[in-house]
Amino acid sequence: MSTLRALARAQAVAAGAAQRVATVRHLHLAERPLVLVPLAMAGEANAPLAALVGAAPDEARLLIVPQPRNRDQRFRFAAELAAIVLPYLDSFRGVSEAVPVDRGRDVRYRYLDAPQLLVPSPAGVGFLRLFGRSTRFRRTDGEYPVHPDVPLLGRWLTFFTERAEHPGSSALLAMTDALTLHWATGQSTVEDLHLPALLGWIDPPAGLTGAQAAVRAEDPSACPPAGPATDPDFDNRVLAPAVAAYAEAGEDPVAAAAAYAELERVLRAQLAPTWELMWRGVGLLRALTPGARVAGRWDGDKDAFTAHAEHVDSGGAPQPRRDGAVAAAVRLHRLERALTSYAVQRAYDDALVMAEHRLTGEAFVGDVTLADAKRVDDSGRRPVLRPRIQVVTAEPVLVPVGATLYSPARPAQKAKVVFVTPADGKTEVVLELSGGMGRGLTAPPGTVPEVGERLCLTTLSDAFMPAGAFPAPEETPWTHGGPPVSGTDPATDGDAAEEWA
Amino acid sequence: MTSTAQRLAAIRGDAPPKRHNARTIAALTGNPGCARRAVLDGAGADKPKLAERIGFPARFGQSRFAITRGNAFEAQVKADGGVELLRLVAQRLGVPVPERASWTDLGGADDLPDRHERSRRALTAVGPDPALFDHPLLGLDVAGQRVSLEPDLVAARLGGRFHVVEIKSFPVVDGQADPAKVSAAAVQSAVYVLALRELLVAEGYDEELVSHDVVLVCPRDFTNRPVASLLDVRKQLLVLRRQLDRMARLDDLLAGVPAGFTADPSAEPAALAAALRTVEARYAPECLASCELAYFCRDEARGHTGALGRPVREALGGVGTVADVLALAAGERAPDPGQEEAAALLRAAARLRADALAGDPA
Repeated sequence: MSTLRALARAQAVAAGAAQRVATVRHLHLAERPLVLVPLAMAGEANAPLAALVGAAPDEARLLIVPQPRNRDQRFRFAAELAAIVLPYLDSFRGVSEAVPVDRGRDVRYRYLDAPQLLVPSPAGVGFLRLFGRSTRFRRTDGEYPVHPDVPLLGRWLTFFTERAEHPGSSALLAMTDALTLHWATGQSTVEDLHLPALLGWIDPPAGLTGAQAAVRAEDPSACPPAGPATDPDFDNRVLAPAVAAYAEAGEDPVAAAAAYAELERVLRAQLAPTWELMWRGVGLLRALTPGARVAGRWDGDKDAFTAHAEHVDSGGAPQPRRDGAVAAAVRLHRLERALTSYAVQRAYDDALVMAEHRLTGEAFVGDVTLADAKRVDDSGRRPVLRPRIQVVTAEPVLVPVGATLYSPARPAQKAKVVFVTPADGKTEVVLELSGGMGRGLTAPPGTVPEVGERLCLTTLSDAFMPAGAFPAPEETPWTHGGPPVSGTDPATDGDAAEEWA
Repeated sequence: MTSTAQRLAAIRGDAPPKRHNARTIAALTGNPGCARRAVLDGAGADKPKLAERIGFPARFGQSRFAITRGNAFEAQVKADGGVELLRLVAQRLGVPVPERASWTDLGGADDLPDRHERSRRALTAVGPDPALFDHPLLGLDVAGQRVSLEPDLVAARLGGRFHVVEIKSFPVVDGQADPAKVSAAAVQSAVYVLALRELLVAEGYDEELVSHDVVLVCPRDFTNRPVASLLDVRKQLLVLRRQLDRMARLDDLLAGVPAGFTADPSAEPAALAAALRTVEARYAPECLASCELAYFCRDEARGHTGALGRPVREALGGVGTVADVLALAAGERAPDPGQEEAAALLRAAARLRADALAGDPA
């Protein structure tokens, strides 16, 4: 927790309302995101109980499992969910765009847009992860076959939940994460995981402070939990009798239909409030202006979506239960790079995020007081353009001489620290510039900061980070378990023949 | 009755002390610095009733679906005299699966002293064969009170030692389980290890005879088939011992408690709340998951930076209240000695935040 964010929380307590911690939106928001509010059966291993799904506020579809311990019903639910999710995904597979690769020597294609899934909380992402795991290896033939859509849904859900681990990806978002990225509440991070309370702070109903709205949102009878876990009291008093009534109805079609309708009614009542909150959250996020680098990160999501769609089309295998050594190392490397780049990009896009780095001495803002835009360094083999500028700042400067700094205003330009001189309470920093000024010995106008310009300089760099080199899986070194043993069938899960309840 | 016992009885009111179980003992290891909680738990006060009486009811319901599933899984795992269970445990411990093992059911409805005695005799009887004991009854002293504990299973003479076996119904998917549930299971099992060690030491055995490795049996993946894992609970044992020692020295704690202090749920709510406030709590957001009184303490801690979580408090330089934080940040209040650094940080943060929100430099 940065001091700046902590201070925003303190201000939220005093004001009784959430405070902004971002001036722009740091995530992509699709025009038609698929909102998914799942509920799970208590005590079971990720057994779906119900879900509200849809890509618009008035398109909510309710799916329920009248007896969650019954495996057939469980996979019927998966097939029903697939019948909503898969067409939604396919709707993005119409038009492709050409993207230059290899410095413009070649092109590849990616879909113009990508799907986006929204769930209420990180626990919802966890539910989808396990649901993807429990469906992607299912067989469509042999004993206990499932609908062909079920394993496909599992592979896509796994794709989305893996994508959700990727910092800066907007393919699958938890609403509570998306909101706390932009607002600080006057409660703890634990309490922020409760979507009704979080929205109470951000957007309280008329006549209530955020704090009052949050307290009211904690009563599960007034404000059902956003799932996937249900309220135990609801389980015991409402759900259990309804499930029992459905079981007792047995073969009697009239009684079964009545019991089914009753289950739908009670489950819808649990889900509908969260559905409303999800779309209120979408509305709040939509009102924010997206940051400049959000579209670039969404391109990454489009790339990933395209690549996975092609992988599935070409008959590729489902994601393994566990990564091999090389795949795990590659994944970790990719996530670390994404994490670094995401943090830098947010700071570049948003002065309020950059302020967190200014507070820790990783960045400072100053005024340009001197500028020599024509300075040429001819000490080397051939002369090069190396303008120098002097920046005066009142902020503490912790960077050493020789360090390379960057400015969000000119991300392609490097500024090397030449002198740091304290002068009556302020600091004078002399910087030597390179890059981002064309190839000649005269800098084009605007490429060198002018006297009087206010400049933010930071050690954070948004420059391209080359990918690391990893061996092929069959060359896994012995220190990492050696090459994988082939022939392990990922589908031998064993539970196909398992009695469940 | 000692004076301490009298004092504790007076605190909790008319009712007999609330019985601890492994779960509540495990909960004691969270937030050990909270005096309010130590006194109430030590006195065996009825915290749920107390919380309800003062208008901050706890929300610790358990779904009957979860209870049913837990019982069904345990029954299934223990079926057939524990043949399957024996195989699982032996394999996990890396010892050859014994051809047979005795199965002793120590559960039952007979009265406690009798069951304690039966369990003690069964567990300390030395025989050649591996043995499984279903629901033995153990005891542990908690704050001067004897608490009865019932582990799911104890396996004896497998790999030469006793092992506590804990059967839980949360799934282990691809070798991974919910970390919060695993750590709760580890602390609970540590309570059983401690109690079992106490019993064997009293009979003259070495406490190392009870392994610190607990066998956790859970459903595998999405099936009902059990899988066993080992949990090393040495760390939990240390924490538990320290906290139980502290509870045993309640006199020290009680010295700081005002004479008229009461936690008797039959007292007037206003008087109760006032009395509770005289004993210091150390509220943290984590309390919400483990202490029945948490909502009361949270309400009391409103306006304190600690109520926002420890990381927030630390990021604010350890300044205790929101009012102080904002006054220091605005430069409206001179920092106390030792607060200068925090004050400078807060002032800088407030200035940067205001600048950025005003749309000043990008």
